[in-house]
Amino acid sequence: MDWFNEFPHMNDESLRQLKLSIDNAFRTFTRNYGDFIEGLFTPLAKFLIWAERLMTQTQWPIILIAIVAIAWFASRSLKVVVGTMVTLLLIGYFDMWMDAMRTISMIFVCTVISIVVGLPIGIAMSRSDRLQKIVSPVLDVMQTMPSFVYLIPVVMLLGIGRVPGLIAVVIYALPPMIRLTDLGIRLVDRDVLEAADAFGSSRWQKLKNIQLPLALPTIMAGINQTIMMALAMVVIASMIGVQGLGQPVLKAIANQYFTLGIFNGLAIVGIAIIFDRVSQAYGERLQKHREIVHG
Amino acid sequence: MADNNFDGIKIRNLYKIFGPEAQVHVEAVKKGRTKTELNERFGHVLGLKDINLDMPSGNIQVIMGLSGSGKSTLIRHINRLIDPTAGEVLVNGVDVVKMNESELREFRRHQTAMVFQKFALLPHRCVLDNTLFGLDVQGVSRSHSIDVAMRWIERVGLKGFEEKYPNQLSGGMQQRVGLARALANDAPVLLMDEAYSALDPLIRTDMQTVLLDIQKEIKKTIVFITHDLDEALRLGDKIAILRDGEVIQQGTSQDIVLRPADDYIANFVREVNRGRVIHVDAVMQPVSAGQPVNGATVLAGSSIEDAIKIIAREDHKDLVVIDPAGVPLGTVDLKRLASAAVSLH
Repeated sequence: MDWFNEFPHMNDESLRQLKLSIDNAFRTFTRNYGDFIEGLFTPLAKFLIWAERLMTQTQWPIILIAIVAIAWFASRSLKVVVGTMVTLLLIGYFDMWMDAMRTISMIFVCTVISIVVGLPIGIAMSRSDRLQKIVSPVLDVMQTMPSFVYLIPVVMLLGIGRVPGLIAVVIYALPPMIRLTDLGIRLVDRDVLEAADAFGSSRWQKLKNIQLPLALPTIMAGINQTIMMALAMVVIASMIGVQGLGQPVLKAIANQYFTLGIFNGLAIVGIAIIFDRVSQAYGERLQKHREIVHG
Repeated sequence: MADNNFDGIKIRNLYKIFGPEAQVHVEAVKKGRTKTELNERFGHVLGLKDINLDMPSGNIQVIMGLSGSGKSTLIRHINRLIDPTAGEVLVNGVDVVKMNESELREFRRHQTAMVFQKFALLPHRCVLDNTLFGLDVQGVSRSHSIDVAMRWIERVGLKGFEEKYPNQLSGGMQQRVGLARALANDAPVLLMDEAYSALDPLIRTDMQTVLLDIQKEIKKTIVFITHDLDEALRLGDKIAILRDGEVIQQGTSQDIVLRPADDYIANFVREVNRGRVIHVDAVMQPVSAGQPVNGATVLAGSSIEDAIKIIAREDHKDLVVIDPAGVPLGTVDLKRLASAAVSLH
């Protein structure tokens, strides 16, 4: 009855061999192709560095005015604008301006990449049920796999620094962008699509004139989710060398600096709220035409 | 604007079966397998069966039927939003069924325009941009499209609403946009799929008048789908009645009302205001040409109601029916008019 009390597992020696051989194979792969793969990501690294320099080397009042202006044009709401300004001033006053700018630049780059990658995948998925069945479980894995696990191969391949951090954040933040693009396009009114067909629209015309504009509020919700998830990854990404508000938090954990932790944590929350309110208000403004004024 | 060279629409032996193996079953249906058998034993739905229709250029062809009769399926075959299982759809002599993807796109852009029951306007575009949608798809320059669109917006009575969004308009106004959008295409064929069914009765009559007025100028080949016999009789130069995917009668409004093909149609017709629908020429006593005209006259094509009005007003016993040139065609008396106005069936 041994097998009943203890699960009959693979014998220890072969299991050890299996893990070892996979590890060795991956290590060889890393040695042979690591440089090549790192080369592929150089444009990304340049983009990241450019964004970070832009945010950190520009004088703070200019950045402040720019962010407040963007908040105003996106939301047209005084409440959101005042909230944005006060949050940024507090972050600066408590000497977290530089780290906050590094984090914002990182989030900005991650969001841009998520949109550039996610939007076409989402569109392709909405057109093919088969592709949707293939991609959906991959997205599930991306969202549920503990991030430390996929950090291991990324760090082995690319070392420590901004780019592996970026990849880790994008893996985590990409799924909502893809899912909500897919959903938004699938929810587009069939009657309107039929009308577009009846007037002889090509596939591209249908996408450009009907599907994307009508899916835009849902896509905006996806972008909003992507930004939130990217911010949630800031601390974990700081473990592999991403600079910004995550690093002081990491230091605070290691040394039990309670106040340092809470200040930087609150700064992350503040930035998250700014991004969230501004992008949501923008999404709502896009839906203005949906208001039913006349029954 | 009328397209004189346009050859109208001809539908030949059109079949539509819904289901994964439609092609297999179409032969059996041609040999007599019934709709019920097809559905119960094979799980396929017979949508349309052996449809043959001739729609001459410049006419309004109404296709009438209750829900489930296949009328919306039929109209979608004309611009091939639905592919037929067998048969031909000839628009201006060209078989739509045989077109490839790009030919079909060109055909839809230039030969047809469609008005939908649920309007199907673009909610994110204002009235002006909705109206020029067809032209935009065709690739017409924006300034020219705006000219054309503004003209049609004015023609359907929406001047001043160009900047409004569809949701800011009432149902009737939204369908005016739908109509303007279709007319702006200036295509020879205008397909109207229950275009007025979602509107309330007063607005519906209003929109029928708009359509009839515009048709006098543009003389398009209009295919109009409806479930409302009054609407069919008012608009249709020709009417086809569809039931369970088959045409059970086609003809003019006079044919349908005076000579219903079966009890099903007779049942419909019973509710119709015959005095307004039946023309005097359909019930007159014909006279030989050259006979002199005596007494009061009534123009051919007038309704029985109009003729009775003349009699009641002017105290005549009978009327002479004349054609527009004044040539007498026949006579009607009060008894003849009265018996036509109330069905004696």
